[in-house]
Amino acid sequence: MDYSILVGGEAGQGMDTFGRLLERILKRCGYYVFSHSDYMSRIRGGHNFVQIRFSDRPLYGYDPKVDIIFALSDETVDIHSSKLRDNGMIICDEEIGKPRGLPHFPLRRVAQEIGNPRVYTSIGLGIILKLFGLPENLAQKVIEENFRSEIAGPNIEAMEAGYNTVETKYELEQFKDDHIILNGSEALALGAIAAGCRFYCGYPMTPSTAVMTYMSSKSDEMGIVVDQVEDEVAALNMALGASYAGVRSMTGSSGGGFALMVEALSLAGMIETPVVIVNAQRPGPATGLPTRTEQADLRFVIHAGHGEFPRMVMALRSPEDAFYQAARAFNIADKYQIPVILMLDQHLADYKMTIAPFDFSKIHIERHIAHEEDIGPEEYKRYKITEDGISPRLIPGKVKGQTVLVSSDEHDEKGHITESAKMRTDMVNKRMRKLQELKQEIQEPWLVGEENPENLIVCWGSTYGAVKEAVERLVQEGVSVGALVFGDIWPFPTGRLETLAQGAKRIIDIEQNATAQLEGIIREEALIKCSHRILKYDGRPFNCDELYTTLREEIL
Amino acid sequence: MNRCEYKLYKPTWCPGCGNYSIHTALKQALEELGLAPHEVVLSSGIGQAAKMPQYIDVNGFNGLHGRALPPAIGIRFANKNLKVIVESGDGDTYGEGGNHFIHTIRRNVDIAHFVHNNQVYGLTKGQASPTTAMGQRTTMQFDGVKLEPVNPMALALTAGAGFVARGFSGDIPHLVYLMKEAITYKGYALLDILQPCVVWNRVNTFRWYRERVYKLPEEYDYTDKKIAYEKAFEFGDRIPIGILYRVEKEIYEDKFDFIKDGEPLVDRYLDPMDAQKLMDEFI
Repeated sequence: MDYSILVGGEAGQGMDTFGRLLERILKRCGYYVFSHSDYMSRIRGGHNFVQIRFSDRPLYGYDPKVDIIFALSDETVDIHSSKLRDNGMIICDEEIGKPRGLPHFPLRRVAQEIGNPRVYTSIGLGIILKLFGLPENLAQKVIEENFRSEIAGPNIEAMEAGYNTVETKYELEQFKDDHIILNGSEALALGAIAAGCRFYCGYPMTPSTAVMTYMSSKSDEMGIVVDQVEDEVAALNMALGASYAGVRSMTGSSGGGFALMVEALSLAGMIETPVVIVNAQRPGPATGLPTRTEQADLRFVIHAGHGEFPRMVMALRSPEDAFYQAARAFNIADKYQIPVILMLDQHLADYKMTIAPFDFSKIHIERHIAHEEDIGPEEYKRYKITEDGISPRLIPGKVKGQTVLVSSDEHDEKGHITESAKMRTDMVNKRMRKLQELKQEIQEPWLVGEENPENLIVCWGSTYGAVKEAVERLVQEGVSVGALVFGDIWPFPTGRLETLAQGAKRIIDIEQNATAQLEGIIREEALIKCSHRILKYDGRPFNCDELYTTLREEIL
Repeated sequence: MNRCEYKLYKPTWCPGCGNYSIHTALKQALEELGLAPHEVVLSSGIGQAAKMPQYIDVNGFNGLHGRALPPAIGIRFANKNLKVIVESGDGDTYGEGGNHFIHTIRRNVDIAHFVHNNQVYGLTKGQASPTTAMGQRTTMQFDGVKLEPVNPMALALTAGAGFVARGFSGDIPHLVYLMKEAITYKGYALLDILQPCVVWNRVNTFRWYRERVYKLPEEYDYTDKKIAYEKAFEFGDRIPIGILYRVEKEIYEDKFDFIKDGEPLVDRYLDPMDAQKLMDEFI
């Protein structure tokens, strides 16, 4: 079984709430859920939709076809009815349905009878639940969990009204629910909190804002300082201040805000102060498509910042990956005293999926902070030259008689400004030695599909889901195909790629950008050329079907 | 008095620079307050003033031009036991860092901000600063400055600062007093320090300042914002020095109960398992 439901309408009509309720009910019935929303950069009007797919097997992407369309506007019918499967169904109010000769329901009238026009979508929820034979009492419980009692009441009444209007169309088995459902932003933020991040500052920018909102919602409960700053320039500088003083700190934005952080990124490299930075990409250049998705900042974040300094860039591949890698990012930042950049995009930031609960016992906080006994009686030197380039890091104020000086000018071991040619060379070498150390713990990309494929796909980050589904379908059909999905992407891991590239007939680069940025990095770092490219930069995420079709028809 | 030693390093400022007196005053103020070097952090940007953390042995965050304030805020949140002092120049504060200046005042974080205001750019060799007088010729503004100067005192008052003061590098005892007041004030304290640049500013010389500055009288009511505004605009033949405005306000840090009532953030023991409960809302 594999069904998809689309709800569409104008911004402000309640699709989000409808989606949140339906996702939760489906999950509680034991299904795997993948929910993806498509929204415009406006608060009211326009056309937005949420697409909820559910199945008895794990889902990693959205289905371009749908079984039910719940249309809250005329436009929804016009835009989406071509996506409807043959036996699919449109649910709409009589005002929308009558003129089109579609089956329709008196949604508006019933909502008025209940006394609250806003419960309109809950009538539709009831209809859909009944069509799939899903339990009414569970829906009631989920509504109660999500609304205050005075709002829950009318919504339950509306849901029941809808439920009693139709007959069950699909007889579905239900399963035991042992999952959580969340999006990449929430997973990332949760990973950061688990890792002990207690300072977050940022400036709102779609699609990165959800990370900050989540951190802020846990501020009191977990003791996290969240500061909405005047600009992204302040954000990274402030995060560096908090980190210098010993607290794990994070900031985040989308590409435009990250651009403003670039000066301070270079500062982080120079003063060797750990920090984690989130870049939730959206299509650029400039303001681009604010609410849509792209992977076009890879080259930018790898090279961002004046001068040369080590950094790490991790591309997050799924909400689950976001949780564990965010936590790992803090350990790496602390160990090497470098900035670590977490890359996601609007698609991964916003889509929700069911996954196994996170295992918090796997998270370990490794601070790599020096204490009085590590320094001894001699004067502390923040930039002591060491074999691996990592200097003992003391926290200011924690050791009596010792002071900690960090300087954005080139400095000597104590942190004082120097213009000595020898010291300059020694310090550059010291900083760059950390990169060599860091390379030792870079993780190779995941391999999806066949172990030694003739057709080798390379991709990174959020395309994981769609690529995985397409590859698995092709493998089932007997095609020799496998995909390397890069997570750790800078320093760039070449080992697994070099091995697989030797046996591959074709190497196919799949990315959501126009210039094949990963392909270029592969050429530079591994001296390997890709033979084919599938690039998409229309702001919409890949889905399994389109990748499957393109691979089948144009390449394989 | 519990005195403690502050090791000084030899500054690289030009002979006769007003920064020397500020350096001396800072050391004296810290000593007289009985603070130990490891309890103090100087956050600075870039510029001649911003070199201060290089010349006195306290904790130092010598960051980027214009960006001295944001790290100071981060430091305060991480460890409320640290005394955080920001040292920066007029360009650093009122030019490149103008946005941070306004919004740091709005936050009212407990930091003392010493602005070395010599009304010119020193490190980059003599261009106009945001406080250079209109019409004044510089190494860049050959026909004279065409912009109105910033009025730091009035700007700070308007943004809502609870402590606004002005000092003069030529009066060290008075400057030490102002520094101590700013450091012990609970909240954001602006101390704008008039200081001659002996190389690049031939207008606002030591003598020019000396002839104009006068101390606010003892009976001056620094809690009256209207009077403070009047004094803020007095910048001509007569320039008042002293505390123009001072009122008590709640600091930003204390608006976070877990900071106000708890131990410093940096000292908290963190266990990943404590966050496990947050998964409940995703079930």
